[in-house]
Amino acid sequence: MKSVAVIGASLAGLYAARALRAEGFDGRLVIVGDEHHRPYDRPPLSKDFLTGTTGQDQLALADAEETAELDAEWLLGTRATGLDTAAGAVLLDHGRPLTADGVVLATGATPRRLPGPAPAGTHTLRTLDDARALRADLTRGPVRVVVIGAGFIGAEVASSCAALGHDVTVVEAAPLPLLPQLGDEMARICTALHADHGVTLLTGTGVAALHGAGADPRVTSVELSDGRRLPADVVVVGIGVRPHTDWLASSALPLDDGVVCDAGCVTALPNVVAVGDVARVAGVRAEHWTSATEQATVAARNLLAGRTVATHRALPYFWSDQYGVRIQFAGRRGPDDTPRILEGSPDDRSFLACYEREGRTTAVLALNRPRPFMRHRRDLARATQPATT
Amino acid sequence: MIPVCHLADLPAGESVRIDTAPPIAVFNADGQLYAIDDTCTHQDASLADGWLEGCLVECPLHAASFDLRTGAPTCLPARRAVRTHPVTVEDGMIYVHHVAEEGTAA
Ligand SMILES: Cc1cc2nc3c(=O)[nH]c(=O)nc-3n(C[C@H](O)[C@H](O)[C@H](O)COP(=O)(O)OP(=O)(O)OC[C@H]3O[C@@H](n4cnc5c(N)ncnc54)[C@H](O)[C@@H]3O)c2cc1C
Ligand code: FES
Repeated sequence: MKSVAVIGASLAGLYAARALRAEGFDGRLVIVGDEHHRPYDRPPLSKDFLTGTTGQDQLALADAEETAELDAEWLLGTRATGLDTAAGAVLLDHGRPLTADGVVLATGATPRRLPGPAPAGTHTLRTLDDARALRADLTRGPVRVVVIGAGFIGAEVASSCAALGHDVTVVEAAPLPLLPQLGDEMARICTALHADHGVTLLTGTGVAALHGAGADPRVTSVELSDGRRLPADVVVVGIGVRPHTDWLASSALPLDDGVVCDAGCVTALPNVVAVGDVARVAGVRAEHWTSATEQATVAARNLLAGRTVATHRALPYFWSDQYGVRIQFAGRRGPDDTPRILEGSPDDRSFLACYEREGRTTAVLALNRPRPFMRHRRDLARATQPATT
Repeated sequence: MIPVCHLADLPAGESVRIDTAPPIAVFNADGQLYAIDDTCTHQDASLADGWLEGCLVECPLHAASFDLRTGAPTCLPARRAVRTHPVTVEDGMIYVHHVAEEGTAA
Protein backbone atom coordinates (compact mmCIF):
# COMPACT_ATOMS: atom_id res chain seq x y z
CA MET A 1 0.00 0.00 0.00
CA LYS A 2 1.60 3.24 -1.18
CA SER A 3 -1.02 5.83 -0.30
CA VAL A 4 -3.83 6.21 2.21
CA ALA A 5 -6.52 8.88 2.37
CA VAL A 6 -8.12 9.54 5.75
CA ILE A 7 -11.47 11.27 5.40
CA GLY A 8 -12.44 13.19 8.52
CA ALA A 9 -9.80 15.11 10.46
CA SER A 10 -10.92 14.53 14.01
CA LEU A 11 -10.38 12.01 16.78
CA ALA A 12 -10.81 8.75 14.86
CA GLY A 13 -9.10 10.04 11.72
CA LEU A 14 -6.08 11.38 13.57
CA TYR A 15 -5.72 8.24 15.68
CA ALA A 16 -5.99 6.10 12.54
CA ALA A 17 -3.28 8.18 10.85
CA ARG A 18 -1.05 7.78 13.90
CA ALA A 19 -1.73 4.06 14.02
CA LEU A 20 -0.84 3.66 10.34
CA ARG A 21 2.52 5.31 10.96
CA ALA A 22 3.04 3.27 14.13
CA GLU A 23 2.39 0.12 12.07
CA GLY A 24 5.19 1.18 9.75
CA PHE A 25 3.23 2.70 6.88
CA ASP A 26 5.65 5.16 5.26
CA GLY A 27 3.72 6.01 2.09
CA ARG A 28 1.70 9.07 1.21
CA LEU A 29 -0.83 9.96 3.88
CA VAL A 30 -3.50 12.55 3.09
CA ILE A 31 -5.97 13.74 5.72
CA VAL A 32 -9.12 15.45 4.45
CA GLY A 33 -11.37 17.42 6.81
CA ASP A 34 -14.19 19.81 6.10
CA GLU A 35 -13.60 21.83 9.26
CA HIS A 36 -10.89 24.45 9.07
CA HIS A 37 -9.43 23.42 12.41
CA ARG A 38 -6.76 20.86 13.05
CA PRO A 39 -8.05 17.90 15.09
CA TYR A 40 -9.40 18.90 18.48
CA ASP A 41 -11.14 17.11 21.29
CA ARG A 42 -14.94 17.36 21.40
CA PRO A 43 -15.89 16.16 24.91
CA PRO A 44 -14.78 19.40 26.61
CA LEU A 45 -17.03 21.43 24.28
CA SER A 46 -20.09 20.75 26.43
CA LYS A 47 -18.12 20.80 29.68
CA ASP A 48 -15.08 22.94 30.58
CA PHE A 49 -14.88 24.74 27.27
CA LEU A 50 -18.47 25.92 27.58
CA THR A 51 -17.95 27.14 31.14
CA GLY A 52 -14.72 28.84 30.10
CA THR A 53 -12.31 26.85 32.27
CA THR A 54 -10.65 25.20 29.26
CA GLY A 55 -9.34 27.29 26.40
CA GLN A 56 -9.21 26.47 22.72
CA ASP A 57 -5.49 25.65 22.69
CA GLN A 58 -6.06 22.96 25.33
CA LEU A 59 -8.39 21.15 22.95
CA ALA A 60 -5.74 20.35 20.34
CA LEU A 61 -5.24 16.62 19.79
CA ALA A 62 -1.72 17.07 18.41
CA ASP A 63 0.94 19.74 18.82
CA ALA A 64 3.17 21.09 16.05
CA GLU A 65 5.90 18.52 16.68
CA GLU A 66 3.51 15.57 16.61
CA THR A 67 1.86 16.93 13.50
CA ALA A 68 5.23 17.21 11.77
CA GLU A 69 6.13 13.66 12.84
CA LEU A 70 2.96 12.34 11.26
CA ASP A 71 4.24 13.55 7.92
CA ALA A 72 0.79 13.87 6.39
CA GLU A 73 -0.71 16.19 3.80
CA TRP A 74 -3.62 18.05 5.29
CA LEU A 75 -6.55 19.14 3.16
CA LEU A 76 -8.55 21.12 5.68
CA GLY A 77 -11.66 23.06 4.72
CA THR A 78 -12.17 20.37 2.09
CA ARG A 79 -15.21 18.15 1.93
CA ALA A 80 -15.25 14.69 0.44
CA THR A 81 -18.26 14.38 -1.83
CA GLY A 82 -18.03 10.82 -3.03
CA LEU A 83 -16.07 7.62 -3.16
CA ASP A 84 -15.36 6.21 -6.60
CA THR A 85 -14.37 2.70 -5.66
CA ALA A 86 -13.79 1.61 -9.26
CA ALA A 87 -11.24 4.36 -9.82
CA GLY A 88 -9.86 4.16 -6.28
CA ALA A 89 -10.53 7.85 -5.77
CA VAL A 90 -12.16 10.15 -3.26
CA LEU A 91 -14.06 13.02 -4.86
CA LEU A 92 -13.57 16.39 -3.24
CA ASP A 93 -15.67 19.56 -3.27
CA HIS A 94 -12.76 21.41 -4.77
CA GLY A 95 -9.62 20.25 -6.51
CA ARG A 96 -8.99 17.03 -8.32
CA PRO A 97 -10.16 13.65 -7.07
CA LEU A 98 -7.77 12.16 -4.57
CA THR A 99 -6.51 8.73 -5.57
CA ALA A 100 -5.39 6.39 -2.84
CA ASP A 101 -4.72 2.68 -2.40
CA GLY A 102 -6.45 2.67 0.97
CA VAL A 103 -9.18 4.82 2.50
CA VAL A 104 -10.09 5.40 6.15
CA LEU A 105 -13.64 6.69 6.61
CA ALA A 106 -13.75 8.83 9.76
CA THR A 107 -16.45 11.38 9.04
CA GLY A 108 -18.14 11.04 12.41
CA ALA A 109 -21.65 12.19 13.07
CA THR A 110 -23.71 15.32 12.83
CA PRO A 111 -26.46 16.60 15.14
CA ARG A 112 -30.07 15.88 14.31
CA ARG A 113 -32.07 19.04 13.84
CA LEU A 114 -35.66 19.91 14.60
CA PRO A 115 -37.93 20.32 11.58
CA GLY A 116 -39.04 23.88 10.88
CA PRO A 117 -37.24 27.18 11.10
CA ALA A 118 -34.47 27.71 13.66
CA PRO A 119 -34.41 31.39 14.69
CA ALA A 120 -31.10 32.97 15.78
CA GLY A 121 -30.14 31.89 19.27
CA THR A 122 -30.87 28.25 18.41
CA HIS A 123 -27.82 26.00 18.62
CA THR A 124 -26.61 22.48 18.14
CA LEU A 125 -23.29 21.41 19.62
CA ARG A 126 -20.85 19.28 17.71
CA THR A 127 -18.01 21.47 16.51
CA LEU A 128 -15.68 24.04 17.96
CA ASP A 129 -17.46 26.69 15.91
CA ASP A 130 -20.80 25.54 17.38
CA ALA A 131 -19.34 25.77 20.87
CA ARG A 132 -17.93 29.23 20.28
CA ALA A 133 -21.25 30.49 18.94
CA LEU A 134 -23.10 29.03 21.92
CA ARG A 135 -20.58 30.43 24.35
CA ALA A 136 -20.94 33.87 22.81
CA ASP A 137 -24.69 33.70 23.50
CA LEU A 138 -24.03 32.64 27.10
CA THR A 139 -21.60 35.37 28.06
CA ARG A 140 -23.87 38.37 27.67
CA GLY A 141 -25.41 38.16 31.12
CA PRO A 142 -27.99 35.77 32.54
CA VAL A 143 -30.41 34.35 30.00
CA ARG A 144 -33.19 31.79 29.85
CA VAL A 145 -31.85 28.64 28.24
CA VAL A 146 -34.03 25.80 26.99
CA VAL A 147 -32.17 22.58 26.26
CA ILE A 148 -34.10 20.19 24.03
CA GLY A 149 -33.08 16.60 24.72
CA ALA A 150 -31.83 15.24 28.05
CA GLY A 151 -29.28 12.75 26.77
CA PHE A 152 -25.69 13.03 27.91
CA ILE A 153 -24.80 16.05 25.80
CA GLY A 154 -28.05 17.85 26.64
CA ALA A 155 -27.47 17.17 30.33
CA GLU A 156 -23.89 18.39 30.15
CA VAL A 157 -24.93 21.58 28.37
CA ALA A 158 -27.67 22.15 30.97
CA SER A 159 -25.13 21.62 33.73
CA SER A 160 -22.64 24.05 32.18
CA CYS A 161 -25.33 26.67 31.59
CA ALA A 162 -26.49 26.34 35.21
CA ALA A 163 -22.89 26.71 36.37
CA LEU A 164 -22.70 29.94 34.38
CA GLY A 165 -25.71 31.23 36.31
CA HIS A 166 -28.38 30.90 33.64
CA ASP A 167 -31.98 29.90 34.13
CA VAL A 168 -32.16 26.45 32.55
CA THR A 169 -35.05 24.21 31.51
CA VAL A 170 -34.54 20.83 29.86
CA VAL A 171 -37.26 19.32 27.67
CA GLU A 172 -37.24 15.60 26.93
CA ALA A 173 -39.69 13.74 24.70
CA ALA A 174 -39.24 10.38 26.44
CA PRO A 175 -40.89 9.77 29.81
CA LEU A 176 -37.45 9.15 31.30
CA PRO A 177 -34.14 10.32 29.83
CA LEU A 178 -31.17 7.95 29.52
CA LEU A 179 -33.45 4.92 29.84
CA PRO A 180 -31.93 3.06 26.86
CA GLN A 181 -28.41 3.61 28.15
CA LEU A 182 -28.86 3.05 31.89
CA GLY A 183 -32.18 1.31 32.52
CA ASP A 184 -34.99 2.66 34.68
CA GLU A 185 -33.50 2.76 38.18
CA MET A 186 -30.12 4.24 37.28
CA ALA A 187 -31.60 6.62 34.71
CA ARG A 188 -33.81 8.04 37.47
CA ILE A 189 -30.84 8.64 39.71
CA CYS A 190 -28.79 10.35 37.02
CA THR A 191 -31.73 12.41 35.87
CA ALA A 192 -32.27 13.66 39.41
CA LEU A 193 -29.04 15.64 39.10
CA HIS A 194 -30.93 18.34 37.19
CA ALA A 195 -33.28 19.07 40.09
CA ASP A 196 -30.37 18.94 42.55
CA HIS A 197 -28.98 21.97 40.78
CA GLY A 198 -32.14 23.95 40.22
CA VAL A 199 -32.63 22.93 36.61
CA THR A 200 -36.20 22.16 35.57
CA LEU A 201 -36.69 18.94 33.61
CA LEU A 202 -39.90 18.47 31.63
CA THR A 203 -40.32 14.93 30.34
CA GLY A 204 -42.77 13.22 28.05
CA THR A 205 -43.26 16.22 25.83
CA GLY A 206 -41.94 17.02 22.40
CA VAL A 207 -41.37 20.37 20.80
CA ALA A 208 -43.96 21.75 18.36
CA ALA A 209 -42.11 24.88 17.22
CA LEU A 210 -39.47 27.45 18.00
CA HIS A 211 -40.84 30.99 17.90
CA GLY A 212 -38.83 34.08 17.11
CA ALA A 213 -39.35 37.81 16.84
CA GLY A 214 -37.79 40.61 14.85
CA ALA A 215 -36.82 41.13 11.23
CA ASP A 216 -33.88 38.78 11.65
CA PRO A 217 -35.86 36.56 13.97
CA ARG A 218 -34.26 35.69 17.31
CA VAL A 219 -35.72 32.94 19.40
CA THR A 220 -38.22 34.07 22.03
CA SER A 221 -39.96 30.87 23.07
CA VAL A 222 -40.24 27.15 22.65
CA GLU A 223 -43.71 25.76 22.03
CA LEU A 224 -44.16 22.28 23.44
CA SER A 225 -46.38 19.66 21.84
CA ASP A 226 -48.74 19.88 24.82
CA GLY A 227 -49.28 23.56 24.03
CA ARG A 228 -47.13 25.08 26.78
CA ARG A 229 -44.76 27.86 25.79
CA LEU A 230 -41.39 28.28 27.47
CA PRO A 231 -39.80 31.70 27.17
CA ALA A 232 -36.26 31.33 25.84
CA ASP A 233 -33.33 33.54 24.88
CA VAL A 234 -31.10 30.63 23.92
CA VAL A 235 -32.13 27.16 22.74
CA VAL A 236 -29.79 24.19 22.49
CA VAL A 237 -31.02 21.21 20.50
CA GLY A 238 -29.41 17.99 21.72
CA ILE A 239 -31.57 15.28 20.22
CA GLY A 240 -28.88 12.93 19.06
CA VAL A 241 -26.70 12.57 16.01
CA ARG A 242 -26.74 10.72 12.74
CA PRO A 243 -23.66 9.32 11.08
CA HIS A 244 -22.06 11.45 8.36
CA THR A 245 -22.63 9.05 5.48
CA ASP A 246 -24.61 11.20 2.99
CA TRP A 247 -21.51 11.67 0.88
CA LEU A 248 -21.20 7.89 0.52
CA ALA A 249 -24.76 7.33 -0.67
CA SER A 250 -23.78 6.73 -4.29
CA SER A 251 -20.76 4.59 -3.46
CA ALA A 252 -20.92 0.81 -3.55
CA LEU A 253 -20.50 0.58 0.22
CA PRO A 254 -23.34 -0.88 2.28
CA LEU A 255 -24.72 1.71 4.69
CA ASP A 256 -27.11 1.08 7.56
CA ASP A 257 -27.10 3.83 10.18
CA GLY A 258 -23.37 4.08 9.57
CA VAL A 259 -20.85 2.39 7.33
CA VAL A 260 -21.30 -1.35 7.68
CA CYS A 261 -18.06 -3.05 8.75
CA ASP A 262 -16.97 -6.35 10.20
CA ALA A 263 -15.52 -6.64 13.71
CA GLY A 264 -12.22 -5.38 12.34
CA CYS A 265 -13.69 -2.10 10.99
CA VAL A 266 -13.27 -3.38 7.43
CA THR A 267 -16.07 -2.44 5.00
CA ALA A 268 -17.28 -4.51 2.07
CA LEU A 269 -14.04 -3.48 0.36
CA PRO A 270 -10.80 -4.68 1.97
CA ASN A 271 -9.02 -1.42 1.19
CA VAL A 272 -11.68 0.75 2.85
CA VAL A 273 -12.03 0.82 6.64
CA ALA A 274 -14.30 2.92 8.85
CA VAL A 275 -13.67 4.17 12.38
CA GLY A 276 -15.37 6.20 15.06
CA ASP A 277 -18.91 7.52 15.15
CA VAL A 278 -19.51 6.82 11.45
CA ALA A 279 -18.69 3.11 11.68
CA ARG A 280 -21.13 0.32 12.40
CA VAL A 281 -18.70 -2.29 13.66
CA ALA A 282 -20.09 -5.81 13.83
CA GLY A 283 -23.61 -4.42 14.11
CA VAL A 284 -22.90 -1.74 16.71
CA ARG A 285 -22.33 1.94 16.11
CA ALA A 286 -20.75 3.55 19.16
CA GLU A 287 -20.72 7.28 19.71
CA HIS A 288 -17.97 7.32 22.26
CA TRP A 289 -14.51 8.75 22.51
CA THR A 290 -12.76 5.59 23.67
CA SER A 291 -14.12 3.28 21.00
CA ALA A 292 -13.12 5.80 18.30
CA THR A 293 -9.51 5.64 19.48
CA GLU A 294 -9.47 1.86 19.91
CA GLN A 295 -11.04 1.18 16.53
CA ALA A 296 -8.39 3.32 14.85
CA THR A 297 -5.65 0.90 15.89
CA VAL A 298 -7.55 -2.15 14.71
CA ALA A 299 -8.57 -0.55 11.42
CA ALA A 300 -5.03 0.57 10.60
CA ARG A 301 -3.67 -2.94 11.07
CA ASN A 302 -6.36 -4.47 8.89
CA LEU A 303 -6.03 -1.85 6.17
CA LEU A 304 -2.31 -2.51 5.88
CA ALA A 305 -2.79 -6.28 6.05
CA GLY A 306 -5.43 -6.14 3.30
CA ARG A 307 -7.79 -8.31 5.35
CA THR A 308 -9.18 -8.63 8.84
CA VAL A 309 -6.34 -9.78 11.07
CA ALA A 310 -7.48 -7.94 14.21
CA THR A 311 -10.91 -7.25 15.69
CA HIS A 312 -12.26 -4.62 18.06
CA ARG A 313 -13.74 -6.38 21.05
CA ALA A 314 -12.88 -4.01 23.89
CA LEU A 315 -15.53 -3.45 26.51
CA PRO A 316 -17.59 -0.38 25.58
CA TYR A 317 -16.84 2.55 27.90
CA PHE A 318 -17.97 6.13 28.22
CA TRP A 319 -17.99 8.88 30.77
CA SER A 320 -19.97 12.06 31.25
CA ASP A 321 -19.40 15.01 33.56
CA GLN A 322 -22.51 16.76 34.84
CA TYR A 323 -23.11 19.01 37.82
CA GLY A 324 -19.76 18.11 39.34
CA VAL A 325 -20.57 14.40 39.10
CA ARG A 326 -18.44 12.11 36.97
CA ILE A 327 -20.53 9.32 35.49
CA GLN A 328 -18.64 6.31 34.13
CA PHE A 329 -20.14 3.30 32.43
CA ALA A 330 -18.58 0.18 30.96
CA GLY A 331 -20.01 -3.00 29.56
CA ARG A 332 -22.87 -4.32 27.49
CA ARG A 333 -26.10 -3.86 29.39
CA GLY A 334 -29.13 -5.82 28.28
CA PRO A 335 -32.58 -4.21 28.71
CA ASP A 336 -33.52 -6.58 31.55
CA ASP A 337 -30.25 -6.61 33.45
CA THR A 338 -30.75 -5.52 37.03
CA PRO A 339 -28.48 -3.03 38.75
CA ARG A 340 -27.12 -3.70 42.22
CA ILE A 341 -25.35 -1.08 44.28
CA LEU A 342 -22.01 -2.37 45.53
CA GLU A 343 -20.80 0.65 47.43
CA GLY A 344 -21.78 4.20 48.21
CA SER A 345 -25.26 5.62 48.02
CA PRO A 346 -27.36 7.19 45.27
CA ASP A 347 -28.49 9.82 47.76
CA ASP A 348 -24.91 11.06 47.99
CA ARG A 349 -24.57 10.93 44.19
CA SER A 350 -21.55 8.76 44.80
CA PHE A 351 -21.86 5.04 44.25
CA LEU A 352 -20.81 2.03 42.24
CA ALA A 353 -23.37 -0.33 40.74
CA CYS A 354 -23.09 -3.41 38.62
CA TYR A 355 -25.73 -4.72 36.27
CA GLU A 356 -26.43 -8.43 36.49
CA ARG A 357 -28.02 -11.06 34.31
CA GLU A 358 -28.44 -14.58 35.62
CA GLY A 359 -25.82 -13.96 38.28
CA ARG A 360 -23.26 -12.60 35.84
CA THR A 361 -22.10 -8.99 35.73
CA THR A 362 -22.75 -7.36 32.35
CA ALA A 363 -21.89 -3.73 33.02
CA VAL A 364 -20.70 -1.33 35.70
CA LEU A 365 -21.78 2.21 36.46
CA ALA A 366 -20.22 4.68 38.81
CA LEU A 367 -21.01 8.17 39.95
CA ASN A 368 -17.96 9.88 41.44
CA ARG A 369 -16.24 6.57 42.22
CA PRO A 370 -13.41 6.43 39.69
CA ARG A 371 -11.19 4.12 41.66
CA PRO A 372 -13.44 1.14 42.31
CA PHE A 373 -14.95 1.69 38.86
CA MET A 374 -11.57 1.12 37.30
CA ARG A 375 -11.11 -2.12 39.20
CA HIS A 376 -14.57 -3.42 38.29
CA ARG A 377 -14.21 -2.36 34.68
CA ARG A 378 -10.97 -4.35 34.45
CA ASP A 379 -12.50 -7.38 36.12
CA LEU A 380 -15.42 -7.22 33.73
CA ALA A 381 -13.14 -6.88 30.71
CA ARG A 382 -11.19 -9.93 31.83
CA ALA A 383 -14.30 -11.96 32.51
CA THR A 384 -15.94 -11.19 29.18
CA GLN A 385 -12.95 -11.63 26.91
CA PRO A 386 -10.46 -14.00 28.46
CA ALA A 387 -8.79 -14.70 25.12
CA THR A 388 -7.55 -11.16 24.54
CA THR A 389 -5.19 -9.09 26.59
CA MET B 1 9.06 18.49 53.09
CA ILE B 2 5.46 17.32 53.37
CA PRO B 3 4.45 14.47 55.68
CA VAL B 4 2.20 11.99 53.88
CA CYS B 5 1.32 9.09 56.18
CA HIS B 6 2.89 6.18 57.99
CA LEU B 7 4.59 3.71 55.71
CA ALA B 8 2.42 1.01 57.30
CA ASP B 9 -0.67 2.86 56.06
CA LEU B 10 0.42 2.72 52.43
CA PRO B 11 0.83 -0.96 51.60
CA ALA B 12 2.13 -2.16 48.23
CA GLY B 13 -0.30 -1.43 45.42
CA GLU B 14 -1.88 1.50 47.24
CA SER B 15 -1.87 5.21 46.54
CA VAL B 16 -2.81 8.33 48.41
CA ARG B 17 -3.51 11.88 47.33
CA ILE B 18 -2.23 14.80 49.33
CA ASP B 19 -3.97 18.13 49.08
CA THR B 20 -1.07 20.31 48.14
CA ALA B 21 -1.56 22.91 45.42
CA PRO B 22 -1.46 21.30 42.95
CA PRO B 23 -2.25 17.94 44.59
CA ILE B 24 0.37 15.17 44.68
CA ALA B 25 -0.20 11.43 44.42
CA VAL B 26 2.03 9.03 46.34
CA PHE B 27 2.26 5.39 45.28
CA ASN B 28 3.68 2.26 46.81
CA ALA B 29 4.67 0.25 43.75
CA ASP B 30 5.72 -3.12 45.12
CA GLY B 31 7.65 -1.50 47.94
CA GLN B 32 9.07 1.41 45.95
CA LEU B 33 7.58 4.78 46.82
CA TYR B 34 6.93 7.39 44.14
CA ALA B 35 5.30 10.81 44.13
CA ILE B 36 3.96 12.62 41.08
CA ASP B 37 1.59 15.47 40.42
CA ASP B 38 -1.85 13.98 40.91
CA THR B 39 -3.69 15.62 38.01
CA CYS B 40 -3.41 13.86 34.66
CA THR B 41 -1.85 16.08 32.01
CA HIS B 42 -4.58 15.09 29.56
CA GLN B 43 -7.63 16.42 31.37
CA ASP B 44 -8.56 16.55 35.03
CA ALA B 45 -8.57 13.03 36.42
CA SER B 46 -6.79 12.16 39.65
CA LEU B 47 -3.97 9.70 39.09
CA ALA B 48 -4.16 8.53 42.71
CA ASP B 49 -7.43 6.93 41.55
CA GLY B 50 -5.60 5.19 38.73
CA TRP B 51 -4.58 1.61 38.16
CA LEU B 52 -1.11 0.77 39.43
CA GLU B 53 0.82 -1.90 37.61
CA GLY B 54 4.57 -2.22 38.15
CA CYS B 55 5.83 1.33 38.03
CA LEU B 56 3.11 2.49 35.65
CA VAL B 57 -0.13 4.16 36.61
CA GLU B 58 -3.09 4.18 34.24
CA CYS B 59 -5.39 7.19 34.32
CA PRO B 60 -8.93 6.28 35.40
CA LEU B 61 -10.60 8.48 32.77
CA HIS B 62 -9.06 7.80 29.34
CA ALA B 63 -6.36 5.26 30.15
CA ALA B 64 -3.22 7.32 29.53
CA SER B 65 -0.34 5.66 31.36
CA PHE B 66 2.54 7.35 33.21
CA ASP B 67 5.91 6.02 34.30
CA LEU B 68 6.19 6.81 38.01
CA ARG B 69 10.00 6.96 37.80
CA THR B 70 10.10 9.75 35.23
CA GLY B 71 6.56 11.10 35.06
CA ALA B 72 6.59 10.55 31.31
CA PRO B 73 3.45 9.32 29.58
CA THR B 74 3.85 5.94 27.91
CA CYS B 75 0.76 6.22 25.71
CA LEU B 76 -1.89 8.61 24.46
CA PRO B 77 -3.98 10.58 25.13
CA ALA B 78 -1.54 12.18 27.56
CA ARG B 79 1.31 13.90 25.78
CA ARG B 80 3.04 15.81 28.58
CA ALA B 81 4.87 14.43 31.61
CA VAL B 82 3.66 14.90 35.15
CA ARG B 83 6.21 16.26 37.60
CA THR B 84 7.87 13.78 39.91
CA HIS B 85 8.82 14.54 43.52
CA PRO B 86 11.41 12.83 45.70
CA VAL B 87 10.06 10.67 48.53
CA THR B 88 11.83 9.70 51.73
CA VAL B 89 10.91 7.64 54.78
CA GLU B 90 12.02 8.77 58.23
CA ASP B 91 11.05 6.91 61.38
CA GLY B 92 8.34 5.05 59.51
CA MET B 93 6.85 8.26 58.15
CA ILE B 94 6.63 9.04 54.41
CA TYR B 95 7.66 12.51 53.29
CA VAL B 96 7.37 14.15 49.88
CA HIS B 97 9.93 16.76 48.91
CA HIS B 98 7.81 19.07 46.88
CA VAL B 99 9.49 20.24 43.68
CA ALA B 100 8.68 23.85 42.86
CA GLU B 101 6.16 24.53 40.09
CA GLU B 102 8.70 25.86 37.59
CA GLY B 103 11.05 22.89 38.02
CA THR B 104 11.19 20.10 35.49
CA ALA B 105 10.68 16.51 36.50
CA ALA B 106 13.10 15.69 39.30
C1 LIG C 1 -20.15 18.13 22.87
C2 LIG C 1 -19.70 16.69 22.87
C3 LIG C 1 -19.39 16.06 24.08
C4 LIG C 1 -18.98 14.73 24.10
N1 LIG C 1 -18.69 14.15 25.30
C5 LIG C 1 -18.30 12.85 25.33
C6 LIG C 1 -18.01 12.23 26.58
O1 LIG C 1 -18.10 12.84 27.65
N2 LIG C 1 -17.63 10.93 26.56
C7 LIG C 1 -17.52 10.20 25.41
O2 LIG C 1 -17.18 9.02 25.45
N3 LIG C 1 -17.78 10.78 24.21
C8 LIG C 1 -18.17 12.08 24.15
N4 LIG C 1 -18.45 12.67 22.94
C9 LIG C 1 -18.35 11.85 21.72
C10 LIG C 1 -16.99 11.89 21.06
O3 LIG C 1 -16.51 13.20 20.97
C11 LIG C 1 -17.11 11.26 19.70
O4 LIG C 1 -17.38 9.90 19.89
C12 LIG C 1 -15.86 11.44 18.86
O5 LIG C 1 -15.65 12.79 18.54
C13 LIG C 1 -15.95 10.62 17.58
O6 LIG C 1 -14.85 10.90 16.77
P1 LIG C 1 -14.90 10.76 15.19
O7 LIG C 1 -13.55 11.18 14.72
O8 LIG C 1 -15.44 9.45 14.83
O9 LIG C 1 -16.01 11.79 14.69
P2 LIG C 1 -16.05 13.37 14.77
O10 LIG C 1 -15.35 13.83 15.98
O11 LIG C 1 -17.47 13.75 14.56
O12 LIG C 1 -15.21 13.85 13.50
C14 LIG C 1 -15.58 13.68 12.18
C15 LIG C 1 -14.91 14.77 11.37
O13 LIG C 1 -15.13 14.52 9.99
C16 LIG C 1 -15.53 15.72 9.35
N5 LIG C 1 -16.32 15.37 8.16
C17 LIG C 1 -17.58 14.92 8.10
N6 LIG C 1 -17.96 14.69 6.83
C18 LIG C 1 -16.90 15.01 6.05
C19 LIG C 1 -16.67 15.00 4.65
N7 LIG C 1 -17.61 14.58 3.78
N8 LIG C 1 -15.47 15.39 4.19
C20 LIG C 1 -14.47 15.80 5.06
N9 LIG C 1 -14.65 15.84 6.39
C21 LIG C 1 -15.85 15.45 6.89
C22 LIG C 1 -16.34 16.42 10.42
O14 LIG C 1 -16.48 17.79 10.14
C23 LIG C 1 -15.48 16.16 11.63
O15 LIG C 1 -14.45 17.09 11.75
C24 LIG C 1 -18.86 14.01 22.89
C25 LIG C 1 -19.17 14.64 21.68
C26 LIG C 1 -19.59 15.96 21.66
C27 LIG C 1 -19.92 16.62 20.36
S1 FES D 1 -7.66 12.69 31.96
FE1 FES D 1 -6.11 11.21 32.06
S2 FES D 1 -6.18 10.26 30.16
FE2 FES D 1 -7.68 11.79 30.00
